[in-house]
Amino acid sequence: MAERSFVKEVQKLRLGAGETFHGEGILAITKALLQCGVGYVGGYQGAPISHLMDVLADAQDILGELGVHFEASASEATATAMLAASVHYPIRGACTFKSSVGLNVASDALANLASGGVTGGALIIVGEDYGEGSSIMQERSHPFAMKSQVWLLDPRPNLPSIVKAVEDGFELSEASNTPVMLMVRIRSCHVTGSFETKENKRPGMTVADALENPRRDTNRIVLPPASFLHEKEKVEKRMPAAVDFIRSRRINEFFGPDRGKAGIILQGGMYNSVIRALQRIGLADVYGETDVPLYVLNAVYPLIDDEVIDFCADKDSILIVEEGQPNYLEQAIASLMHKKGLDTRILGKDILPMAGEYTGQVMLDGISAYLRANAPELLAAQVLAPNASGENTLAADLAKVVPGRPPGFCTGCPERPIFAATKLIEKELGPHHISSDIGCHLFSIMPPFELGATTMGYGLGPASASAFNSPDAKRRSISFVGDGGFWHNGLTSSIGNAVFNQNDGVIVVVDNFYSAATGGQDVLSSRADNPTKSTQHPITDAVKGMGVKWVRHIDRTYDVTKVRAALREALTTEEKGPKVIVASSECMLNRQRREKPQTAKAISGGERVVKPRFGVDEDVCTGDHACMRLSGCPSLSVKKLDDPLRDDPVASIDHTCVGCGNCGEVADAAVLCPSFYRADVVHNPGSWDRFADRLRRRVTGFLQTRREKRRLTFGEA
Amino acid sequence: MAKRMKANEDQKIIKLAILAVGGQGGGVLTNWITDVAERNGYLAQATSVAGVAQRTGATIYYVEMCPDTGRRPVFSLAPAQGDIDILIAAELMEAGRAVMRGFVTPDRTTLIASAHRIAAVSEKIEPGDGRADSPTVHKNAREAASRYICFDMEKVAVEAGSVISSSLFGALAGSGALPFARESYEETIEASGRGVKASLAAFGKAFERTVAGEDASAVVQDAPPAGQRIAVAGPERLVAAWNALAVRADAYPVPVRAMALAGLRKVVDYQDLAYGAEYLDRLDQALALDSDEKDHALGEAAAKHVANAMCYDDILRVADLKTRTARAERIRKEMKVGDANVLQVTEFFHPRVEEFCGTLPTGLGRFIENRPGLSKWVDRRINRGRRIRTDSLFGFGALWVIGTLRPWRRSLLRHQVEKEHLDRWYALALDTARRDYGLAVEILNCRRLIKGYSDTHVRGHSKFDRVLSGLTLLEGREDAADWLRRLREAALKDEKGEMLDGALKTVATLEAA
Repeated sequence: MAERSFVKEVQKLRLGAGETFHGEGILAITKALLQCGVGYVGGYQGAPISHLMDVLADAQDILGELGVHFEASASEATATAMLAASVHYPIRGACTFKSSVGLNVASDALANLASGGVTGGALIIVGEDYGEGSSIMQERSHPFAMKSQVWLLDPRPNLPSIVKAVEDGFELSEASNTPVMLMVRIRSCHVTGSFETKENKRPGMTVADALENPRRDTNRIVLPPASFLHEKEKVEKRMPAAVDFIRSRRINEFFGPDRGKAGIILQGGMYNSVIRALQRIGLADVYGETDVPLYVLNAVYPLIDDEVIDFCADKDSILIVEEGQPNYLEQAIASLMHKKGLDTRILGKDILPMAGEYTGQVMLDGISAYLRANAPELLAAQVLAPNASGENTLAADLAKVVPGRPPGFCTGCPERPIFAATKLIEKELGPHHISSDIGCHLFSIMPPFELGATTMGYGLGPASASAFNSPDAKRRSISFVGDGGFWHNGLTSSIGNAVFNQNDGVIVVVDNFYSAATGGQDVLSSRADNPTKSTQHPITDAVKGMGVKWVRHIDRTYDVTKVRAALREALTTEEKGPKVIVASSECMLNRQRREKPQTAKAISGGERVVKPRFGVDEDVCTGDHACMRLSGCPSLSVKKLDDPLRDDPVASIDHTCVGCGNCGEVADAAVLCPSFYRADVVHNPGSWDRFADRLRRRVTGFLQTRREKRRLTFGEA
Repeated sequence: MAKRMKANEDQKIIKLAILAVGGQGGGVLTNWITDVAERNGYLAQATSVAGVAQRTGATIYYVEMCPDTGRRPVFSLAPAQGDIDILIAAELMEAGRAVMRGFVTPDRTTLIASAHRIAAVSEKIEPGDGRADSPTVHKNAREAASRYICFDMEKVAVEAGSVISSSLFGALAGSGALPFARESYEETIEASGRGVKASLAAFGKAFERTVAGEDASAVVQDAPPAGQRIAVAGPERLVAAWNALAVRADAYPVPVRAMALAGLRKVVDYQDLAYGAEYLDRLDQALALDSDEKDHALGEAAAKHVANAMCYDDILRVADLKTRTARAERIRKEMKVGDANVLQVTEFFHPRVEEFCGTLPTGLGRFIENRPGLSKWVDRRINRGRRIRTDSLFGFGALWVIGTLRPWRRSLLRHQVEKEHLDRWYALALDTARRDYGLAVEILNCRRLIKGYSDTHVRGHSKFDRVLSGLTLLEGREDAADWLRRLREAALKDEKGEMLDGALKTVATLEAA
């Protein structure tokens, strides 16, 4: 079950011709796929296109009605390889994943697909995870398009443009026999808006039809001599076909006056930010009417040389707005000017920053600076010589006060106790080399745990510890991999590799029943019954099948003492080969989402329900915060007491506590202090509960009164 | 160009950003805002950054809107510095972050902030007090914003049984920053269909408080010291004896009085009236060396730290505190246990041989401690986590019986150890006071380093010893007190005392110079 349900929203996918769709970018993309008669769709989740996968999963009924095959691919490579269905058959296919990490994984399949080319339209929707809110290394998708020679669309970030790009993409792919990448930036995936819909189309040929009538063509297979011919075909046939299509269909757009001294060439995705900057300096209105000529590249690769030359020829200078680096567009356009002997100055990364997100302020500063220098006559006096320095004088004052708030483990997260146990075992056995992986568990590198030295890619945690396997060392490496990474790539690249190379290290598989970091999608080992997927394949079985002899399974990660014992054994046992600990407990975010409504219903329905929550006796707590250095749970925080004798704030647990048990377990395992207690509130208690409670309270009340009558008791007057 | 400027003024885009902590429900609020805009004939666009980066971290939602004229405006997808009309911060430090990032400007921004705090991990993990300074944020926010609306919107929501998105929405409506009527906001909440009643209650409360113009940021954070008025109950004989002690404390110089009363209450509550008298006797020693000129800093520090030192954390104290009526009542209130519910309480204990011996008569305790073999044997039998149900007769009974040992506390090993330590430290402070008053105050303040149980307690002691080890280098220096304070503050910064080690090295070079 995914973190977010689109069951209600997917009904919008049924809208017919001439109706208006209101909603988010990802839903619009799905609707566009159906309008284009797509035959099959696959993909791998990850922000910002996780929800696209969730939409598709929730729309399986609708997809089924249209004869569209959908699958949640094992990895981005699988998703891209799936597009092989469009090589020989005229079926439109699409896949989606997060970029650039997804393209890294997919690039083997992508290169093969691009070499042979496609018959049916093949669309790869990549979610560009760049800038604020990104969780990956900052790279661009652009060079993947260049090196494999597939075409890259980067539409303006509004729903009609994105929908049109899907339609154009399929046609472009078919016209040029080349797969097409459609890039959507992180915010455009969730931007809300509307567009006029068309009727959904059944695919002309379904995958079932293709299975019944197999075809093959040796010339489309990547093996010499065909592969040499493919390369020639790319430059001689496919690229010119693509350029013709983009030009004739006016994929790229021109805005503003026809002529001018200065102009801007921009990626389609940057259009709204450029217009906003122009609005702010008085050169564009609310609707995007602009006084500065704009050439908007909705197709950023390939470039349409004569369009570029036409746009540049009459201008003294051009500003290129191209987010991320290297500056491929700028290089290509500058080289084109040089070759054509034009003296238009090409400016870009010399005015705008080379690296980093092009935020509102960056665009405002950059475009103002460009126009001040190159077209001052366009500007109002105020923009020409601004009075305010624009410096934020309060920032320095606040920088000392406002704490950073990086992402971390959620309240009640079952991964927290695993790292608490790791921290405790390091106290006992000393520090170790720890390799981390991709997933929520990577938050271990942050305070309070500060565990983990590297992250090398999805499922590659143990692989990245493979060099640390030496008979000369007394200490073993520890590596982490999540269940998502395990099934994505980890089983072979990490576990298999460790078995084959007789790695002696300790591998902890963090199993939370979902691909949790990407939004709670099911994986092979998920415990849930999924009507369209095969789940409940234990990780321990897979690991043993790979040949691991030493396997321990912990089925409740909150048992910190047990996790620590397993780690201790793994780090000290005489046994050779990889030591694998599978630590399993359900992702609390998903568990709460599942259980909360059930619990509420049960309570209101009169069922006996026990709800646990933790508390702290503030007069027992001494305010050392050792518990928080082993937790970091959002619900466990500090509180200043109204007691002049106490200098430091004490621990306090707020109402958001879900009673996971970590606090009590940590207090026990780390021998912290007796100030934690668990309060189990029994709702709708039975008659035995009530009887026992009355009896107990009578006796304890008697003892309490007896003692308190003989001593002084204090209260506030 | 002038034409465009004019057009932009006539047809203005309203820009609204929400800064929240992941998990606060910013998405719901965003949907409500676009919904209310559309209800009022506006076009609205919302964006957010979903994904793992949101998990408990700082995150931004962004909305732009303008009246629907039939033409499609070009909205931006991200907030820009100096270009925000309304900023909603769902937590106080996020308001600070908004100001820091330049999203709040005096020419136009209405800043709506909840005054409550969600401590960041960095604030929580310091062994001392790592909490961020809220008044600085209030001060800067007031300066940066065109209008600053700030009160505890989390509390408003929780009291109404709702979540903060409802009260933030209420404050937004109440601010009048959007040209929409209250009813349309309420229609939006009603249409959302979940927890409508509670949401409307929180919305209404926040709306009214905003309209009333309440400014919670002006409220002083720290309450005046308690302990001024203490209500005491018990047998007449004991109350009379307490009153006699209280009279003694009341006669102390003003700066010491409140602290001494609070301390007296603590030690009497901890042990008995004789212990209280002992406390005041100790205090008298400090006061004899004290003076008006120094504002009785020595007496005040002694009043605070001697009380804390005398009330060391032992099993007796924990057992006593956990079996009191007041505690049971507090838990029932905190956990919202009604008459229809049954409460079960589990305590987490992990006793070790050290605690066991500490609770034995001094001779016997020392006998075991001095024999490592025996000590280990005992530890093996005791040292494990024990979960005790204090709602059960057996669990409660066990703690209650431990509580009955209180009259014999003075004869137990732990008391001997703590008393020796206290006497040594206090004598050192008083002795120093004759030569260097300020340094003596700082020596007393070092008691703050000793806290916690088991390992934490041992670490506290070690830090205390290490800080005081600086004394030999510092004594005689004019700035000795200042340096000792710095050492102590460094010791409270991190768990292992790495900052302290650095500070100690600095002190060592001071001496050499």
